[in-house]
Amino acid sequence: MRHIDFGRGYVRLKGLLKWRIDTRNIVVTAILLSVTVIAAMFALTMGSVELTVREVLAALTGQAEGTADTIVVEWRLPRVIAAIIFGAGLSVSGAIFQSITRNPLGSPDIIGFSSGSYTGALFVMLVLGSTSYMNVAAGALAGGFLTAVLIYLFAFRKGTQGFRLIIVGIAISTILSSLNSMLLIRNEAEVALTAAAWGAGSLNGMDWGQVLPAMIVVIFFLICAWAMNRPLREMELGNDTAMSHGVRIERSRFVLIFIGMALTAAPTAVMGPVSFVALAAPQIVKRFTGNEESLIPSAAMGALLLPAADILAQSIVQDAILPVGIVTLSLGGGYLLWLLFRQARSVY
Amino acid sequence: MATQSDAENQSSAVQHDSRLWTEDITLQYDDRIISQNLSVTIPHKSFTVIVGPNACGKSTLLRALSKLLKPTAGNVFLDGKDIAAYKSKEVARKLGLLPQSSTAPDGITAANLVAHGRYPHQNLVRQWTDADEAAVLSAMDVTNTTNLSNRFVDELSGGQRQRIWLAMVLAQETPVMLLDEPTTFLDIAHQIELLELFKDLNQQGNTLVAVLHDLNHAARYANHMIAMKDGQIAAQGDPREIVTEQLVEEVFGLRCTIMEDPVAKTPYIIPLGR
Repeated sequence: MRHIDFGRGYVRLKGLLKWRIDTRNIVVTAILLSVTVIAAMFALTMGSVELTVREVLAALTGQAEGTADTIVVEWRLPRVIAAIIFGAGLSVSGAIFQSITRNPLGSPDIIGFSSGSYTGALFVMLVLGSTSYMNVAAGALAGGFLTAVLIYLFAFRKGTQGFRLIIVGIAISTILSSLNSMLLIRNEAEVALTAAAWGAGSLNGMDWGQVLPAMIVVIFFLICAWAMNRPLREMELGNDTAMSHGVRIERSRFVLIFIGMALTAAPTAVMGPVSFVALAAPQIVKRFTGNEESLIPSAAMGALLLPAADILAQSIVQDAILPVGIVTLSLGGGYLLWLLFRQARSVY
Repeated sequence: MATQSDAENQSSAVQHDSRLWTEDITLQYDDRIISQNLSVTIPHKSFTVIVGPNACGKSTLLRALSKLLKPTAGNVFLDGKDIAAYKSKEVARKLGLLPQSSTAPDGITAANLVAHGRYPHQNLVRQWTDADEAAVLSAMDVTNTTNLSNRFVDELSGGQRQRIWLAMVLAQETPVMLLDEPTTFLDIAHQIELLELFKDLNQQGNTLVAVLHDLNHAARYANHMIAMKDGQIAAQGDPREIVTEQLVEEVFGLRCTIMEDPVAKTPYIIPLGR
């Protein structure tokens, strides 16, 4: 039988699962995941008590004695695993929104979901006066969700244009930012400081109890995102073409936005807002894979980017651990400027 | 290409020489009514061309026929059943659409774009089968695009790109194909090339419905013509019978004289000007 020259290599599964998988996507994903494992190992050795790779491995396989075991498994591992899972979640969230809006600027950190989560967290901390971790996380989740609903209602009232979502999102994000500043200013310095620290976005001092629920949520929605990848790809061909292929676009778009929102809201509830990953990871990985046919390489890129940024945050200043959000924000600011310049140039 | 579906539908087909028709449909965008009480029948295995001035509701009708636009009154019927009662993917296996504008994702190759036409035949478990492979191969053969399969779509010329999009619709393997202004933006040679291809597809048993702007092309290639004005049908039938000076003046407000196309023996419209 003659074969189609797709111009790209692919692996074909012919068993129970009849799939055609792009070779370059597989290679890129495999490399990124390998580097992630190395970065994770490195991160596990890092900290006030420096450990060797051998000690870390011993601890991971349950062969280490008391202290090393506690340090690796109880203190460092949750932080590293959370960074990997949350990074994947944020990146896929960004990839979904960028695809729906057909614009690299259409990522959840730009269109206001993060600001909304921050507002929710601030409301709990400053107005309700609770700094308990679970309450703050719930507040952030509710804030992010309400913001998403608000943006959805404004942007998708009639007809649905990607750019509208971005404009509405930026507008709402700006309003929320000023609201956040107001909440901070009108409160006592001490509480405001705690709140501001949360707003910087950090993985410092995370234990299993704190990260596990959000990790389960993220993994669940990553699977949902994978299942929705095919209609998402159809929607990239334009609404009419997607509909003529049998995609129920209004429903699919709603489901995808919900998934994307959950993938941002759950990590944000735990870490605070961490920008840049959702914005940049899907775009960076596209340079490597040369296509946008799958969300999986994006997930792998995010899974590498966030732990890498966290390593940077822990080692950039001696004797102090920066919040990872500060690192990603500085990197992201530069990237955003570059992106805006490039888009402006292509328009004019 | 239509044989298998034809056999399937022998039993369910009603006593009607059409598989696609509308009954008293009202089409509107928000409060703006485009068509009211519109009843159109697409003859089975015809090459139907819809003509009419800009904004007369041609594309809107095509959207309604393909379930993209839901009529606010009346029904569209596909194989004897209300199209609204079908699942979206079921419709997509019976009826393909080449929309007026589509966007190709960045960095997609031609064959990968054509493969998108297989979506209604696939699911999470069955994402690529031998049937998919065969359909894409045949669609690219028919449209003469096999040699373009590994090229990036955004590097292709307008004519090549339009043939790739058409190949995507063909890969869908639907017995009915709706084409919204498929020849716009193409030069005359590529327009004729595409129209000849439509003619072949029609002769192979496919039902084609196209919106065309060029009346002479429409008159030459259609074996059923629907002339629309203000959301209503002004005339329909064999173009050799319905294309008259009066009709062109009535529908387009253009005075003309009609001659016989020396090649195809079909009506040829020559505008009189002022």
